[in-house]
Amino acid sequence: MSTALGSAAVPAVAPLLELRGVTARFGSVAALSRVSLTLRAGEVTCVLGENGSGKSTLVALLSGLQRHDEGELLLDGQAVRFRTPGQARAAGIATVWQDLAVAPVMSVWRNFFLGAEPTRGVWPFRQLDLDAARDTTVREMARIGVTGIDPDAPASALRAGERHSLAIARALHFGARALVVDEPTAPLTVAQHALVLESLVAARGRGLAVVFVTHNPQYAHLVGDHYVLMAHGQVASNLTRDDVDVEDLTRLLAGGDDLRRLTETLRQLHPDLPR
Amino acid sequence: MTAPRRAVLGPFRPAPQPPAPGHRLLPEALARPSLGALVGLVAVVAFFGVESPGLLSTGGLASVLDIASLLGIGSVAVAVLLVAGQFDLSIGVISVASSLVTALLVSEAGWGIWPALAVSLTAALLMGAVNGLLVVSTGLPSFLVTLATFLVLQGTSLAVASAVAGTSRVGGLGAAAGWESARRVFGATLQVGDGRFRVALLWWVLVTALAGFLLWRTRFGNAVFASGGAPQAARELGVPVARTTVLLFLGTAAAGWLIGTLGLVRLRGVQVDPVLGSEIQYLVVAVIGGCLLTGGYGSAVGAALGSLLYAVASQGIVLAGWDPRWFQVFLGVLLLLALLANSIVRRRLLAVPRS
Repeated sequence: MSTALGSAAVPAVAPLLELRGVTARFGSVAALSRVSLTLRAGEVTCVLGENGSGKSTLVALLSGLQRHDEGELLLDGQAVRFRTPGQARAAGIATVWQDLAVAPVMSVWRNFFLGAEPTRGVWPFRQLDLDAARDTTVREMARIGVTGIDPDAPASALRAGERHSLAIARALHFGARALVVDEPTAPLTVAQHALVLESLVAARGRGLAVVFVTHNPQYAHLVGDHYVLMAHGQVASNLTRDDVDVEDLTRLLAGGDDLRRLTETLRQLHPDLPR
Repeated sequence: MTAPRRAVLGPFRPAPQPPAPGHRLLPEALARPSLGALVGLVAVVAFFGVESPGLLSTGGLASVLDIASLLGIGSVAVAVLLVAGQFDLSIGVISVASSLVTALLVSEAGWGIWPALAVSLTAALLMGAVNGLLVVSTGLPSFLVTLATFLVLQGTSLAVASAVAGTSRVGGLGAAAGWESARRVFGATLQVGDGRFRVALLWWVLVTALAGFLLWRTRFGNAVFASGGAPQAARELGVPVARTTVLLFLGTAAAGWLIGTLGLVRLRGVQVDPVLGSEIQYLVVAVIGGCLLTGGYGSAVGAALGSLLYAVASQGIVLAGWDPRWFQVFLGVLLLLALLANSIVRRRLLAVPRS
C-alpha cells in the first residue's frame, strides 16, 4: 500500500527520508505536531530552534528511539516504522547523540560497536570478534584523525575531544545512508567544532542525507543546504541557502516574537515558501 | 595520544601492551574489578595459614571449597545482575522454594526426581520472569520488587510446607525414582586424603566460566555492561536493555534453583528456614568481588575470589578456635573496605576526562 502511494506521489527519485504530517506525543503533550520534512541524499539539513522546540524529538524519531503517533516516516518513498535504534541503524541511519552515548566504564572498542557487535562462530559458541572490533575501531578513529588510542582503554580515559571523536567515528562507520548529528551539549573547542563540520561535509560528499541539529547559526550557515526552524513542535519555516544569510539565521534563532515576525517577512518576500 | 601507533595488527593480539608509564597503569588496574578481592584473598590465606594451619590441609581445603562453591554460584549470578544495575533479593528464597517444590512432588505426589526437578526449575524461571518483567515494566528499584517477591515466596513456602507435609522439613527422598542418577549429578563426592570434595565445586566452576564468557565475549555481555553503566547510551544505541534485564533475572532464578537442588540432594530433603540471609551474603561477596552497586562494573572471577575469601575467613575463624560470631564482624569490616575501595574506583572511572 505504502509502496504504491510513495511511488505515485513522488515524481522522479524519492527522497531518502521524508516525514509527512508526523506527530509524536509524550502522554497528551505533542512534542512534534504535523511535521513534514524532506531529507535528500547529498544535502545537509540544519535543524534550528529553541530548547524544547522539538529538535531532540525529531532526532529521536529519525533514530528509531521515539515512535510517531500520526503521519508517516518514509525511507526511499516507503513507509517505515523503526521500533528500535538498532533498526534505524540497520537501515543505514546513524546518530551522534547530544550526550554522545558513550559508556564511560566500557572500553573504546566496546563503545564503538555497542548494540551492533561483530560476532563469529555458531551459537552457542558465537562470540564477539574481538580482533575485528579492535582493528575497525582503531582504523575508523584514525580516519578522523585520532591515532594512538588503546582500544581496550575505558572510554573514561579518553580526552573529551577523543570521546567526541569516538561518537562521530561510530556514526560515520554505521551511517551508510543518513547521518543525524545532534550538537553535543558539552562545550566544544573550535577544533572539535571543525571536526563536526568536516564530518558533516564529508558525509554529504559521500552522498548521505545529513541532519545537523545546532544552536549556532554561523556553523549552520557554513555547512547547511536547508534550514528548518522549529518552534513549539512544529516546523516554523523551511528555508534554503538562497533565502537567508548568517544575519537572518541569527535573528531567527533569537526566537520568540522575532522568529514569528521574520517568518512573516520572509513569507511576504517568498510567497512560495513551503508551510 | 602518547602510545605509538601500531603499524600492523596481527591476527592474535600481543597480550601485554608495551608498558607506557604513568596514566596507562590506572586503566590497567581499573580494568580488573577482581583485583581487590585477590589482594584480600591472599591476605586472608596468609593470615589464617599461620593462625590455623589446618586450613591448608586437604580437609581444610575441601571444606573451604565446599562453602565457597554454593556461595559462589549465587554470588556470580548476583554479580552479573549487579553489573546490569539490578539486584535480586529473592534468589535465596527461590532456592528454598524450588527445592521444596521438588521435595513435595517426590514425597507427597510420588513423582520421580527428574520430572520433579524439571517442574521446580520451570517454577523458579517463572519467578525470575515475574521479577524481571516487574522491574522492567514498572521501573521500580529491583531491590524493592524482589523484596516483595521474597516475602510472598517465603510466606508461601512456610505455609505450604506445614499445610502439606505438616512440618517445615520435608525429607525422605532417597527412595525416589532416579535418585541415584540425580545424586551422581548433584551430589557426587570425591575423597582425597581426609578431604571430601563435592561435585558442587564443578558446578561453581562451570557457572563462573559461563558467566565470564557471557560478560566478556558475547553481545549479551556488552548489553549487560551498558545497561548498568550507561542506560541512556544503551537505549540510544538500541541495546535491548529490557530483554537483557529479564534474562538476567532468569539467570539468578536458575542459580537459585541450582543451589537449592545441590542442597536438596545433599540433605535428602529440604528445611524451610524463615531467615533473610543468603541473599545478603551473595550481595556482600559480589561487592567484595569488585561490583559497583551503581552498575556497569564487575566480574565473574571477582565474585569467585570473593566467595573464596569469604569461605577461607569463615573456616579459618572456626579452625583457629575463635568464637565464630566474630566472623560477622570481620565480614562487616570487609564489606566496608570493599565499598570504600569501590567508591574510589567509581570516582576514577567516572571522572570528567581531561580536555
